[in-house]
Amino acid sequence: MKTDIKLLENGKRLDGRKYDELRPIKIEAGVLHRAEGSCYLEWGGNKVLAAVYGPREAVPRHTQNPLRAIVNARYNMAAFSVDDRKRPGPDRRSREISKVISEALENVIILENFPRASIDVNIEVIDAEAGTRCAGLTAAAVALVDAGIPMRDIPVSCAAGKIDGQVVIDLGKNEDNYGQADLPVAISPRTGEILLMQMDGHLTMDEFNQALDLAIKGCHIISDLQKKAIMEKYQKITEVK
Amino acid sequence: MTITPAIKRDYIANLAKDGKRADGRKFEDFRNIEIETGIISKAEGSAKVKIGNTLVIAGIKMDVGEPYPDSPDSGVMSTAAELIPMASPDFEAGPPREDAIELARVVDRGIRESEIIEVDKLCIEPGEKVWIIFIDIHILDYDGNLFDAASLASLAALMTAKVPAKRFELGEDYPLPLKEPPISCTSVKFNGVTIMDPSLDEEEIAEARLTVATDEKGDLRAMQKGLNGSFSVDEVKKIIKVSIDTGKKIREQLYKSVGK
Repeated sequence: MKTDIKLLENGKRLDGRKYDELRPIKIEAGVLHRAEGSCYLEWGGNKVLAAVYGPREAVPRHTQNPLRAIVNARYNMAAFSVDDRKRPGPDRRSREISKVISEALENVIILENFPRASIDVNIEVIDAEAGTRCAGLTAAAVALVDAGIPMRDIPVSCAAGKIDGQVVIDLGKNEDNYGQADLPVAISPRTGEILLMQMDGHLTMDEFNQALDLAIKGCHIISDLQKKAIMEKYQKITEVK
Repeated sequence: MTITPAIKRDYIANLAKDGKRADGRKFEDFRNIEIETGIISKAEGSAKVKIGNTLVIAGIKMDVGEPYPDSPDSGVMSTAAELIPMASPDFEAGPPREDAIELARVVDRGIRESEIIEVDKLCIEPGEKVWIIFIDIHILDYDGNLFDAASLASLAALMTAKVPAKRFELGEDYPLPLKEPPISCTSVKFNGVTIMDPSLDEEEIAEARLTVATDEKGDLRAMQKGLNGSFSVDEVKKIIKVSIDTGKKIREQLYKSVGK
């Protein structure tokens, strides 16, 4: 999509951010009553809720794995979350995102503990402004911790991309629409292993290396926010008692 | 789901320890690729691609339709993949499952984001009428690595496609306006080794998968990581390098087979 929109002016981005500056992120753990674990996350203009149910018996039964639990992440965008109303229900995009998020989460959850079970992770995007899959996965990870699901690590996600020839972190809406590349990444921050990686657009090898470094750097910053959110929840519980 | 017997898993994993693969290939080797184009007379463009025993056909159909409101003078493309029951005992009839959706979307991204189709040349009347390109991929025989087979078949079909202007009374037919094709290469990882172009057996024991589409300059055009395993940053960079080198060879073969 070619356009004349200038995404960079005097070394600053449209929203005034520096190249390596994330949008403001707010994370809150344990926001829903019924779910076993939940999280509310704001990331720039994105507002995302994640809720975890399970481990519980996987249905339909043919989806059960006798050796381990399965992770069923369902990424869903609310009809009112985007400029032109989105038709409700799963579409091809959301089903693909659900799949890659499920796979990334399966990597860190200790699945062997729960044969035949499913761990259901519902991700609702209620307000969308680029980077919803990163926001969704990051929120889902906090909700899983909140649900007490045993995990090897708390996964975290962040994107980098290219706008006006410059590699930058965490693309905003216009940057995503009119930029040249987007590279969402999720990692296990403890090991640095890559759990999710997608890319579209155009990056040279050098730009890719820069973008990957930036995205991983962002992941570590957000990882600290995730942990802080979890600590805060338990601090609140202690105070009430 | 096919249950890979533990014996087979051990066999493949043990071979890999010695740097070998069950079919004698090196880790970074592709299987033999065959590309045949123009196999379907009704289609605007078509191709049959074999990678080892994996067999995929792609057909291009075009229609005249309305552009998207945000790009009133660009043609539209859409990609669908069908994992039909003939290709594997595990494929079922019915609406596409998430594997088929991921496959179609990864192929779509490789083509769309590399801007190989010059969509701005596919406008008939700005805001009213543009060409719509449907890429339909049928998997006929599944022996691993559908991503690369499907994207190669789609490219070969596109590169031999003719815009059916005559049928719509819009003048003479002409070749679909295209730029250089991006080539997709898929690697998988198991037991700490990464191998290119996995066979079905290798795919069944794979822990993580990475598909990398590169262009003629060796730049990256699309990527997709799949499965619940993980890659280190170094592994990703190694896979990209091998994908660029392999992509060059496959691109030459593709050009040759479409007569360019």
